[in-house]
Amino acid sequence: MIFVTVGHQMPFDRLVRAVDDWAAAHKRDDVFAQIGTTDYVPSHIEWSATIDPSEFQQRIRDADAVVAHAGMGTILTAFELGTPILVMPRRGALHETRNDHQVATAERFLEMGRLAVAMDENELPKMLDRVSDLTAGGAISSQASPELLQALAAFIHQTDQ
Amino acid sequence: MSKNSTKPRSRKKILAVASAGGHWVQLRRISPAFDGCDVTYVTVEKSYKDQVGDADFRVVFDATRWNKFKLVVMLLQIAWIVLRVRPDVVISTGAAPGFFALRIGKLLGARTIWLDSIANIEVMSMSGQKIGPNATLWLTQWAHLAKEGGPEFKGSVL
Repeated sequence: MIFVTVGHQMPFDRLVRAVDDWAAAHKRDDVFAQIGTTDYVPSHIEWSATIDPSEFQQRIRDADAVVAHAGMGTILTAFELGTPILVMPRRGALHETRNDHQVATAERFLEMGRLAVAMDENELPKMLDRVSDLTAGGAISSQASPELLQALAAFIHQTDQ
Repeated sequence: MSKNSTKPRSRKKILAVASAGGHWVQLRRISPAFDGCDVTYVTVEKSYKDQVGDADFRVVFDATRWNKFKLVVMLLQIAWIVLRVRPDVVISTGAAPGFFALRIGKLLGARTIWLDSIANIEVMSMSGQKIGPNATLWLTQWAHLAKEGGPEFKGSVL
């Protein structure tokens, strides 16, 4: 099963449309997409505008691969649950989010070898063709780095002056 | 005069604030740092309550800086919560609700922590740039963004 998600803040039709077309071309019936509030209605995949957080977690847990915008909530959840993830970043210039921070996120995590990236809707079908080859780096712990946790705890328990 | 170190100090009160999605996931990942404290979580999504166990949990209006009316309601809700909880420490991973909570918390004498989102790799977030210099502890999650005068880098949520 492929789980597609674009988050709840804004739709991302460029991604959803590309996945829908790909599913049609390959006669895939194992794609479910959370697409946000949008006028675009996919015709070849199952979809829902929104899903609640527990279903979100469950779908990521059960999926063979996650295909998503480059939002940190989705990326971190996929890492935590050990599900491979392919992201396509939203673009500021297309008013898909406020700036190109998702492009930077996608590039940086790609360099770190932690996820797969399709930079746009033209690259996405090629990446989807290889989606079953995607691997996750193994589930990460559910906690921040020990270094950060220790710094925060030290600050919190610092004696008041 | 030195403090009496043998006297047990009461548990610290933490106000931990994040909007939905990635901000919330990051707040959850740093929550082990709050062990031994009384934590009040503030977010915009009521179904997150399942994720905080028995901790105090409050929900405020969801708003971004683009919707002024909702922002004002959110500000009032957060002011009320800060006044009632009287936290020792206010911590946020972003965005708008954390910005307000840090401002108001600081006015009331709390120490404050702004942990800028790991999503901000090239530049600090808008709210981070505004609130950071005002926070007691201002952190980025990317070493290359740390600089003299803040933000500091002390690890990330990964």
